[in-house]
Amino acid sequence: MPTASEVKARIEASIPGATAEVQSPDNVHFSARVIADAFAGLSRIQQHRLVYAAFDGELGGEIHALQLKTETP
Amino acid sequence: MSEQSDQIREAIAQAIGDNPVILFMKGTPDQPMCGFSARTVAALQALNAPFAAVDVLPDPRIRQELSALSQWPTIPQLFVNGELVGGCDIVTEMYESGELAEALGVDQPATAEPVQEPAVGARPMGIENRLS
Repeated sequence: MPTASEVKARIEASIPGATAEVQSPDNVHFSARVIADAFAGLSRIQQHRLVYAAFDGELGGEIHALQLKTETP
Repeated sequence: MSEQSDQIREAIAQAIGDNPVILFMKGTPDQPMCGFSARTVAALQALNAPFAAVDVLPDPRIRQELSALSQWPTIPQLFVNGELVGGCDIVTEMYESGELAEALGVDQPATAEPVQEPAVGARPMGIENRLS
């Protein structure tokens, strides 16, 4: 099971220049606030998809839930 | 892809096309089986917005085909006029900002407090029932 810091590292590695704050009470449910220049001009759907792309097939599985808030700096 | 998953995907696509507002969720609006689904239902109900609901739990293939179709990994998923609007986080954010009311063509209540517990509401729709 991934830890919050692993999830943070995955997001930051996947989106260049992104900063992520990740919390998890149980390493199954995660809550993340992601700030990235890359979100500029994208719809919320597109912003979330960009974050989801860091987790190939794990969302809804090993990572049961990733509560997400995306922002531009 | 098997013939049956084709059929399920077609039924999903048709349900999305037929219903201006449709929520794919875990459980039913009356009995959500997941907190994220419950919160999404609560936002829609706080706006008094009519919506169709599909429970993805009865058959794992519904969820599998839905995610393949929408390119969105998690449940719930809200579609308005055939377009994916988002899951719980986006719907909640849009509810609080008034964008959801706008997208649904309804009035934003004076106090848009996020509702935690869903009220009794829309009748669920069963995709699996249509396939049998």
